[in-house]
Order: sequence, then structure tokens, then C-alpha cells
Amino acid sequence: MLPQSPAPPEGAVLSPGAAVLAGMRASSRSVFCYTLFATFVGFGALCHDLGFSIYWATLSTALIFAGPAQVISVTMLGAGAPLLSVAFAVALSGIRLLPMTVSLLPMLRTPQTRTRDLVLFAHFIAVSIWIETLRFAPHVPRENRISFCTGIGIGMTTSSVLGTIAGFVLAAQLPPLLSAAVLMLTPLSFLTSTARNSILLSDRTAFVLGLTLAPLLAWMKVDFSLLIAALTAGTLGYGAHWLRRVLQ
Amino acid sequence: MSGIVTELWPYIVLILVGYLPNEVWRMLGVAVSHGVDENSELLIWVRAVATAVLAGVVAQLVVDAPGALALVPLSVRLAALAIGFLTFLVIKRSVFAGVMGGQAAMLIGGYLSGVSLMVP
Repeated sequence: MLPQSPAPPEGAVLSPGAAVLAGMRASSRSVFCYTLFATFVGFGALCHDLGFSIYWATLSTALIFAGPAQVISVTMLGAGAPLLSVAFAVALSGIRLLPMTVSLLPMLRTPQTRTRDLVLFAHFIAVSIWIETLRFAPHVPRENRISFCTGIGIGMTTSSVLGTIAGFVLAAQLPPLLSAAVLMLTPLSFLTSTARNSILLSDRTAFVLGLTLAPLLAWMKVDFSLLIAALTAGTLGYGAHWLRRVLQ
Repeated sequence: MSGIVTELWPYIVLILVGYLPNEVWRMLGVAVSHGVDENSELLIWVRAVATAVLAGVVAQLVVDAPGALALVPLSVRLAALAIGFLTFLVIKRSVFAGVMGGQAAMLIGGYLSGVSLMVP
């Protein structure tokens, strides 16, 4: 059994370095440390199968650190797609990082926080970091939050890079059913952890609507289906939250 | 000179069409978040949109499955997602339990529908 990640110690303010280490320790107790490892085993195997080098695969994880963007770029480049269309597809897939960044930073910074610390932390923002930061940060003294969460990012990236290398090396030895199981890890862990973090009515409504609208619009061949589905579902979710408050 | 460029070209491509178009949103987020209050109504909306994006990614990965996952029938993939979610709800809202429940369903369903456990 993996331990369910406990909340980090509350109270005492640590030095920035100690806070980074505490964040790295917290990341090792997160279920994402393990699902990321396994997910990137899938990515490493994909890179191998598409003829990229192990250095390229590793650099992709270290630099991009966003599953969808990496899978999209390696698949499209492997198929010889025009570079501009790859960049466009990656940019579309990355839009989700904008609202995540905007919603995280205000709860992490203090008036004294330096921009470069925010920029460094922002590099690590991904679904897993977003979820774990929302969960951990409220229990960490505000002065330590940005360092602590950067530590979470470093821990998760390390685990992902190791997974990429393992996947690349193991590529030829994985049977199809296990490869499929590796690819199923991402949706399962995203689904359950987002559900765990959705406390507000707005989030819950947006979650259920997003789950149904996105494939519906994709099936209807609507352009930018994910983006339109998310904006619609998110806005309706906010509407539900607003309506309930007005009625009370 | 051109030899070095040829050798480094895949890495240059990685930075130009992989790293930069993705990273720009994180940096834009740093700029936009400046001066946004953490308890503002705007953030509640932004967070709802981010949650919906996630839900959408989950749905797309399962419905329009990549690589080997496409070998597993859609009905099994959807059932595995549902069983994972139910396991999560039943076992103390544990993410780990949910992932394991879903994977068990996926492995059994995939095996019964003939996806190979043999190395190709």
C-alpha cells in the first residue's frame, strides 16, 4: 500500500532551503510521485518507439513537464507534421496552465516574494502540482509556501525524469495490455484527485459538465473543443455558485 | 558548423515547438496573477475553468485513447473509469484506491477482450 500523503507539519517557519527539502519530502508521499513515474514510463516508451533519443526524451520531460504537450509534440513530430502545427497544438494543450497558474500564485506569494521565485515555481505548474499545491499550501506558513511548493515541483520532476528513462529502456519489453494500463493511469489519477479537490459547488459542477461536454464537442468535430467545453463548463459552474449565493 | 546544427536540430525543435509554446502560458500566468486577490470572485471562475479543462482532458484521453490504450475497447475503458471513480467514493475518497480499482477493471476487461499479455 502506498501511504496516503499526510499533511506536512504546521506552524514553524523554515529557512527557504529547508522549505524546499520539506516540499520534496512531501512530494515523495504524494500518489502523483508514483503515477507520474508510471505515466512517464509510457512517454519514454513512446519516444523510443518513435525513434527519438533517450536524451531528447529526458530533456522533453525536464523542460516541458506537461504530459499532454509532450505526448502531442512527440507524436506529431514522429509523424512528420509541420513544425508550426505542432507548436499550435502544444500551445492549445497548454492553455490549461494559465488558469492554474493564476489561481495558485495569489495563495503562495507574500508582498516580499521575488518575481524570479514565482517564475521558477511557475515552471513546475502542471495538473499534479496544481492539485498537490492546493492541498498542501494552506498547511504551510505563507513565508514558506513558494519554496515548499517549488520543492514539490522538483520532487515530481525528478520522479518523472526517472520514469522517462525507465520507459525508454524498457520500451521493447512491455506487453500491450500493460502499456494500455500505463496509459490509463493519467485519466484515473486526474479524475479521482480532481474530484477530491472539488469542494466548491462551482468546481463540482464544472467537473461534471467538463467530463461530458468535452467528448461531446469533440465528437461533433467542433474546433477547439476542449477549450470551448472548459470555458462553458467553468462559466456554468461559476453561475451555479453565484446563483446559490444569491438565493441564500 | 552545419554538422553541429544537424545534430542539435531535434533539440532546437523541442525547444521551439515543445517547450516555448507550453511555457508561455505559465509565464503569462505569473504576469496576469499579479494583483489578483486570492479570495476574489474572478479566481472562483478561473478555478472552475481549470477544473473543467482537467475533466475534459480525462474524457479525451479515455474516449480518444492514445497508443496501446486504443487496443482496449471503449466500453472497457469507460467502465474502468466508472469503477475507479466508484472505488474512490466507497473507499474513503482515496485516490490510490480509485486508481487501483480502475486499473483492476481495466486489466481484467482488457484481458477478456483479448489484448495480449505477451511481449510483441
